[in-house]
Amino acid sequence: MQFMLLFSRQGKLRLQKWYVPLSDKEKKKITRELVQTVLARKPKMCSFLEWRDLKIVYKRYASLYFCCAIEDQDNELITLEIIHRYVELLDKYFGSVCELDIIFNFEKAYFILDEFLLGGEVQETSKKNVLKAIEQADLLQEFQEVLGVPRNPSPDSLSHVMNILMSQCTK
Amino acid sequence: MPAVSKGDGMRGLAVFISDIRNCKSKEAEIKRINKELANIRSKFKGDKALDGYSKKKYVCKLLFIFLLGHDIDFGHMEAVNLLSSNKYTEKQIGYLFISVLVNSNSELIRLINNAIKNDLASRNPTFMCLALHCIANVGSREMGEAFAADIPRILVAGDSMDSVKQSAALCLLRLYKASPDLVPMGEWTARVVHLLNDQHMGVVTAAVSLITCLCKKNPDDFKTCISLAVSRLSRIVSSASTDLQDYTYYFVPAPWLSVKLLRLLQCYPPPEDAAVKGRLVECLETVLNKAQEPPKSKKVQHSNAKNAILFETISLIIHYDSEPNLLVRACNQLGQFLQHRETNLRYLALESMCTLASSEFSHEAVKTHIDTVINALKTERDVSVRQRAADLLYAMCDRSNAKQIVSEMLRYLETADYAIREEIVLKVAILAEKYAVDYSWYVDTILNLIRIAGDYVSEEVWYRVLQIVTNRDDVQGYAAKTVFEALQAPACHENMVKVGGYILGEFGNLIAGDPRSSPPVQFSLLHSKFHLCSVATRALLLSTYIKFINLFPETKATIQGVLRAGSQLRNADVELQQRAVEYLTLSSVASTDVLATVLEEMPPFPERESSILAKLKRKKGPGAASALDDGRRDASSNDINGGVEPTPSTVSTPSPSADLLGLRAAPPPAAAPAPAGAGNLLVDVSSEGPAAQPGLGPTPEEAFLSELEPPAPESPMALLADPAPAADPGSEDIGSPIPEADELMNKFVCKNNGVLFENQLLQIGVKSEFRQNLGRMYLFYGNKTSVQFQSFTPTVVHPGDLQTQLAVQTKRVAAQVDGGAQVQQVLNIECLRDFLTPPLLSVRFRYGGAPQSLTLKLPVTINKFFQPTEMAAQDFFQRWKQLSLPQQEAQKIFKATHPMDAEVTKAKLLGFGSALLDNVDPNPENFVGAGIIQTKALQVGCLLRLEPNAQAQMYRLTLRTSKEPVSRHLCELLAQQF
Repeated sequence: MQFMLLFSRQGKLRLQKWYVPLSDKEKKKITRELVQTVLARKPKMCSFLEWRDLKIVYKRYASLYFCCAIEDQDNELITLEIIHRYVELLDKYFGSVCELDIIFNFEKAYFILDEFLLGGEVQETSKKNVLKAIEQADLLQEFQEVLGVPRNPSPDSLSHVMNILMSQCTK
Repeated sequence: MPAVSKGDGMRGLAVFISDIRNCKSKEAEIKRINKELANIRSKFKGDKALDGYSKKKYVCKLLFIFLLGHDIDFGHMEAVNLLSSNKYTEKQIGYLFISVLVNSNSELIRLINNAIKNDLASRNPTFMCLALHCIANVGSREMGEAFAADIPRILVAGDSMDSVKQSAALCLLRLYKASPDLVPMGEWTARVVHLLNDQHMGVVTAAVSLITCLCKKNPDDFKTCISLAVSRLSRIVSSASTDLQDYTYYFVPAPWLSVKLLRLLQCYPPPEDAAVKGRLVECLETVLNKAQEPPKSKKVQHSNAKNAILFETISLIIHYDSEPNLLVRACNQLGQFLQHRETNLRYLALESMCTLASSEFSHEAVKTHIDTVINALKTERDVSVRQRAADLLYAMCDRSNAKQIVSEMLRYLETADYAIREEIVLKVAILAEKYAVDYSWYVDTILNLIRIAGDYVSEEVWYRVLQIVTNRDDVQGYAAKTVFEALQAPACHENMVKVGGYILGEFGNLIAGDPRSSPPVQFSLLHSKFHLCSVATRALLLSTYIKFINLFPETKATIQGVLRAGSQLRNADVELQQRAVEYLTLSSVASTDVLATVLEEMPPFPERESSILAKLKRKKGPGAASALDDGRRDASSNDINGGVEPTPSTVSTPSPSADLLGLRAAPPPAAAPAPAGAGNLLVDVSSEGPAAQPGLGPTPEEAFLSELEPPAPESPMALLADPAPAADPGSEDIGSPIPEADELMNKFVCKNNGVLFENQLLQIGVKSEFRQNLGRMYLFYGNKTSVQFQSFTPTVVHPGDLQTQLAVQTKRVAAQVDGGAQVQQVLNIECLRDFLTPPLLSVRFRYGGAPQSLTLKLPVTINKFFQPTEMAAQDFFQRWKQLSLPQQEAQKIFKATHPMDAEVTKAKLLGFGSALLDNVDPNPENFVGAGIIQTKALQVGCLLRLEPNAQAQMYRLTLRTSKEPVSRHLCELLAQQF
């Protein structure tokens, strides 16, 4: 995969991940062009299109378009399911994810993506394993905050840690 | 506000994001952002040390601002600080920032690499993964240089955690793709193959991608992976849908891994080992069988995952192209998909069938679906699906169905989307030519093309019809009659006028017997279009007129009248004026014999690859036209560039000053009897009946070597001159450097960046850096015009022995440079030993059809590999004395050509590369320098002394080095700088 873009129906870019070196100017140009092309397509059209020398695979989830650029030899259908698995991961992590979650927690969206895809290739397809990696990280952080120098430790955050700990134990 | 804030929410960040979202206008957003940037800047600059949390928050805000599309030019240092935090999320945000805002500041890179090194060595798997993700996300050469050697170790280490192995595999893949030279092959490669057997499915999934890439580059070294991949695949394919637990996706076991394994197998021919092959064929059959089973779920994810494996299986079957049974089964399966209700499946089936059509085993099976595909072309609502249907029709076309397919495509053309019309036109033209049984059908088809989609009929298409008509005398009469009829239409496309003008000029005599198309009628019909046409067409028509004077003497007076008209003789367009003047003179001065000789019928065109085919290939990229190239794929891949080689300017750009009448002195080459060349061969061959039809295509010997060269019938030079292709300039044979090449190069002896060359069309800029015996040079080619440059090929050439002295590695650049655009080329340079002559840079391209070429000297001189050396006066004198042999010294006394300014001189000497040594020379006016020239083979120590004499405006320069030619060369280079 060469890159992945998430953008809204209004054409606002919500996430961009580039797996090939490109200048910022080129990235902006590609984004502009693709957002326009994909948004112009009608709902029943097929999810694949040829674009420059790449294949674009896209799918719309609620107000968000997920759009991947793959190379000539790559498999379109499995790419469609890469998108779906990523949506599932976001959904599981945020709990019925919506566009706002991705806007406000964009860094988390990037972290989850990095656990799932690396260098444009699928790294780990197991939902459990990906989320474990992310939650462990969260846990690590909360632990450090609770046990280390706490920054206004609220009862909330403590119970949150406990919840996660509990859920880890029962798994 | 977000519904969920897991981990640690950063309240300040959320507030900021809300603010941005509430901005009513772009201006308000920019204002808010600028306010925030000012705030962050002051926090970062403030004297109060920021705690980790605040730093993380601000870095994260900067990242958000950057991702919104604004420029960020600070905060890198704070992000780097976060990398060494022991708090996980701080480190994580630091890494995210670094990988999104990659920075080339070398000091920062050093710090980043240090942090990564620490994390890689930490033995904390979460930290190691973060570091590996960062390397993979940045993927730069610098990262490769720092870590490519360590990662294989992590990947195969027995004690690495699974998650670390996964990240290491893909991290290494990214580095290997970016700079394969940096990844050392070794003992680890054998062990990496065995990761295919790993118990952890995630590890296998990640490792297969790496192994596939390695196999592509070194298939022989990784052959052992075939049997491992087959057995892994077999285990997955035969497993029950729940066996693999979390690796089962909507009842499909490990779809991603299966697809990757099938891709890996496509790097190789079918397995040689019978047992392995048997097992694999079983797998492929199982996949095909499963496709027929009822779905286990109604969810689209289930069918997508299942079909992803099915399509990859079919790709492998097509790749092997050796199992007729499987190929036909694949074709039947795809046939079912052609009418599936899912648009995605119809699209993929059409696409996949296209490749099946080129296999001899399945071609016939594909053809049975012709009606469905034609229907798709007519009824699909999505243009990208229709496009696939057109591609498939093109691929499945053969003699048996050509008429049907061509007529369907012509019909489609009438309503086709503008974006794909030109491509359809090309395809129709190619099919019509390739499968023409009778050439009247061919001529009709092309004229129909012009009628239906005249605007999309490119030059190549109508040139080609002229080539074919010229070469086949059995169709000439028909062609003349048909164009004559077509021209009767009140409004006909200009391309029709061009074809008509040319054909009637050549073969109008064949229909002149019929009073309805007598010479005066032909002429007045053509001339009725004249005033509506563009200059190029009018020029072509003028040539037709002079040919008419030769063919039909009775039209001479009328035509001379037309040529003599003020609107021609004093035409503002120089080309038209010249033609009118010269043709008028030719018709009145030359005797009938001379006229007949000069205007003899065009000899047959030498057969070469269809110019249309070349054009389609250019449009679609390599492989696109392969269906047509059956059996010649290898040869054609070389041809794509060859097809656009520059043609000699005499053909494409008639020089306005060329005196056509001068040709009277010597018989024009075209007047020579047509040699028994390819043209006659063609006629002979075709008389053998339909079986010989492929003879129309290029002959194998010359077609793929010869260049594409349209006959350019509108050019007067082409009319009279030899139409045979002029000598190919050849890519090796580059011209000598332009006269100013030395001067241009000398400007770069003491500096590394600047403009190397500039004229009205092109600017070439240089940026370079050298370290020890290595250098990297960036060449920037700017197109100063508004027209695209084509076939743009810069090449670096090593004259003489230079090859053994200097290694220059170039990256290819795009063959097209758009008007106003700039392309960059990177050169990696290694100095192997001392050298005297610079490499040459040859730049060729086509501008508006005319070939341009230019040879420069590349500003790489031996002094670029200087390493300055500081030394005390005593050492200097001692070494100076050691180099006292007469041949080790070179000296030059010369007049100053620039004002003698001590500061400027100093800067030049430093730019030259040597260190400047103070307090060495007793005369403070003099300059003394020292350095070592670094080459791979040897080092050359150099000492220099420059003595200015302000009164005489002279310099004396003395060089002493351990190698005689180097002394002289350096002395010459440096002397030109003052």
